[in-house]
Amino acid sequence: MLMPKPDSSIIARRAEIIERLRQIVPGEGVIAEQDEMRVYESDGLSAYRQMPMIVVLPEKTEQVAEILAYCHGEGIKVVPRGAGTSLSGGALPLADAVLLGLGKFNRVLDVDFKNRAVVTQPGVTNLGITHAVQHDGFYYAPDPSSQIACSIGGNIAENSGGVHCLKYGLTTNNVLGIEFVTIEGEVMRIGGKHLDSEGYDLLGLMTGSEGLLGVVTEVTVRILKKPSTARALLVGFASSEEAGACVAQVIGAGIIPGGMEMMDNPAINAAEDFVGTGYPRDAAALLIVELDGPEVEVNHLIGRVREVAEANGATSLRVSENEAERDAFWAGRKSAFPAVGRITPDYMCMDGTIPRKMLPEILRRISALSEKHEMRVANVFHAGDGNLHPLILFDANQPGQLETAETFGGDILKACVELGGVLTGEHGVGIEKRDLMGEMFTEVDLNQQQRVKCAFDPKGLLNPGKVFPQLHRCAELGRMHIHKGQMPFPDIPRF
Amino acid sequence: MASTFKPTDEAQVLDAVAWAISAEAPLEVLGRASKRGLGRPFQADHTLDLSGLSGINFYEPEELVLSAKPATPRAEIEAVLAERGQMLAFEPMDTGPLFGLPADQGSIGGTFACNLSGPRRIKMGAARDHLLGFNAVSGRGEAFKSGGRVVKNVTGYDLSKLMTGSFGTLAAVTELTFKVLPAPEKTYTVLLLGLDDGAATRAMAAAMNSVHEVAGAAHLPAGISGRSSVPYVANAGGAITALRLEGFGPSVEQRCRELKDELAGFGAIEELHSRNSVKFWAEVRDAVYLAEPADRLIWRLSVPPSAGQGVVAALAMGRDVEVFYDWSGGLIWLSLPPSDDAEHIAVRAVVAPSGGHATLVRAPANIRAAVPVFQPQPAPLAALSARVKDSFDPRRVLNPGRMVAGI
Repeated sequence: MLMPKPDSSIIARRAEIIERLRQIVPGEGVIAEQDEMRVYESDGLSAYRQMPMIVVLPEKTEQVAEILAYCHGEGIKVVPRGAGTSLSGGALPLADAVLLGLGKFNRVLDVDFKNRAVVTQPGVTNLGITHAVQHDGFYYAPDPSSQIACSIGGNIAENSGGVHCLKYGLTTNNVLGIEFVTIEGEVMRIGGKHLDSEGYDLLGLMTGSEGLLGVVTEVTVRILKKPSTARALLVGFASSEEAGACVAQVIGAGIIPGGMEMMDNPAINAAEDFVGTGYPRDAAALLIVELDGPEVEVNHLIGRVREVAEANGATSLRVSENEAERDAFWAGRKSAFPAVGRITPDYMCMDGTIPRKMLPEILRRISALSEKHEMRVANVFHAGDGNLHPLILFDANQPGQLETAETFGGDILKACVELGGVLTGEHGVGIEKRDLMGEMFTEVDLNQQQRVKCAFDPKGLLNPGKVFPQLHRCAELGRMHIHKGQMPFPDIPRF
Repeated sequence: MASTFKPTDEAQVLDAVAWAISAEAPLEVLGRASKRGLGRPFQADHTLDLSGLSGINFYEPEELVLSAKPATPRAEIEAVLAERGQMLAFEPMDTGPLFGLPADQGSIGGTFACNLSGPRRIKMGAARDHLLGFNAVSGRGEAFKSGGRVVKNVTGYDLSKLMTGSFGTLAAVTELTFKVLPAPEKTYTVLLLGLDDGAATRAMAAAMNSVHEVAGAAHLPAGISGRSSVPYVANAGGAITALRLEGFGPSVEQRCRELKDELAGFGAIEELHSRNSVKFWAEVRDAVYLAEPADRLIWRLSVPPSAGQGVVAALAMGRDVEVFYDWSGGLIWLSLPPSDDAEHIAVRAVVAPSGGHATLVRAPANIRAAVPVFQPQPAPLAALSARVKDSFDPRRVLNPGRMVAGI
């Protein structure tokens, strides 16, 4: 993975930069010792490591603004970081960049039940928001599997999803407002406890922008009342085609489950070996369908889903009768990654999305690729929204295996795009999928996205080297070829 | 010479925009031209009429996705969806009635361009939450795409959000792909009778904070409710506060019973069943209550729900206002008597402390040209928005001035 070439003239000024940052953030907020910076050298994509030049941990928006204005003025790159759980390398440091950590922004500022909103600092964890409101029966809906650790600021950067986003939406659908600071040090506020900010939807644009457009310093999210009831079905199938047809028909019947997850046989067995909650080991595919809402509705829909599953040849079917049982159904799915981790020295988690109807086809292709690359794979899907997490099993200590696994993963994502899907459903592009962007977008498409980046960050200092395979200077991107004297559209009907 | 260009494919849109750039001649971009009265009026000698780009590209009910060309009539799409028991969940407003125009004339492109969302906004999100991807020609004269046809997608910037609500000022969209959802089997509406604005706000908050999945919360003060065509509402003889419950039959019936029990302390309660409910919520969606008299000026205020009644009380002081609330009190439809400046300074001064915003929806063109139609932004945000415009349309050839003068 080629990162932007470090600027040695910036690195040469390290001592001076440290001194200036210490003036802005006094005390222990600037970390410059190699040993202490070590913890920041990678994020959740731990195959890639790079020591930052300096780490700075501000506590106030004004400090963030001052740091960014200083870095912008001096041409110093900045890499923002939330909790560092990115699975795509979004927070990977650069050798010549200041790593700006938001970990000290860790307070919930305002719990407002009347407006069903919480105002929080960005370093609060995803689950921390729910903890702040659950005493009154509320919760924050998006639930990435790292929710105990990942920060809400990072969720905004990545537009994080989770099991429940099929029914309740992604981060972008649950954020009402943000305060953010541009690389030039301007503090901007968009949205709030009201709906639909005016003018261009910069809130929607910022969400999922992977830390390339600004640094979020405050967040307002929607909270929801926890559904009174949740029940799950655990359904085994003899083929992934039947499981896929069941998924399509549930949705076709007008039912949007709270979650609809699928596992293939290797994933089923890995999970069963690990937690042993009674998954059918011989099933080719297993569905967990969770229905939540008012009790009468859940019970009604359990019946309907059962009919659909049986009509599609379910080989086993259990319905949770209590919370313990529902938790047990989920235990295997939720521990699927560590379970797979036990049967292989290393694994790589992919994150493509396909149209739901392509589930059987992508499974066939993954299976063929598995044979071609002579590498095993276990599949875990958010089947309801077609988001795949194939886990490629390999041994990084065997020469060439990491490279093969990366090629295999790239081939899976290319197949997703070919089948009408996308490279990443919820983990982000980061550095991991950066060089595959050309599979999905033309150069014109990518240049337009980079021009939007230029509107926020004309010098390209904020998190460079992520998302875009090729970096262009804004001046170059801004040039236009104007065809003077061209015959004006002879083919267009004019009136 | 004024020209209207009516392309029938993307290549022709490209030609038209390329010409506009070279001739430095701004284009008014139109779908079906039903919402020209919405937003800021502006002068352009030339028109890019996209009405030739019409039709559904694909509709896959089991995938909950539909793709269409921009000028496809919204009504046509809603009819096709209804045949399969599905809908546009954001419940787009039909602006026709409020503007004294025929109903159902709008296009799907215009619906997204204006980010029009109805009462279900509070539960299911806005138009911007449903656009999955698009193809468009930018003001640079380049065809580009963003997003895709799947819901779970974080590949690159979410330009669909930016495009929604941009009033055609960034790019001329040639194709849109959006999420559709199952339509409810049954819709009931719980009606609370005779509440003042304060009690109604509390009742709506209580309903929204219940487990009953309320999918619409509106309040019609006395004097407005009588304008409904739903007899139960019109004959209520005072204010009505309406709470919508929708979904599967047994669920709706039970939630309706439980919600009525929980809100019994607020006073008299009635309920509307499916047919009347559908009719009622369409009226709220389209703000038909304020359509007449046609010369009054209409504002749409978005504020935190708990702030709505205070905003209305402040506006009503010494003014002849007509008002009703949607979005659990967070959306205020405000009608003012004709004036030269739509009282924009006073309206925005009242809204400002809440953090919300005010849009001048209906006013004569000369007023909409002189008064900021959309909420003015702080200078740094306005400058950033202008740079975003430049990144798509540096020569300002697409609907320049449609939202903000010069942008």
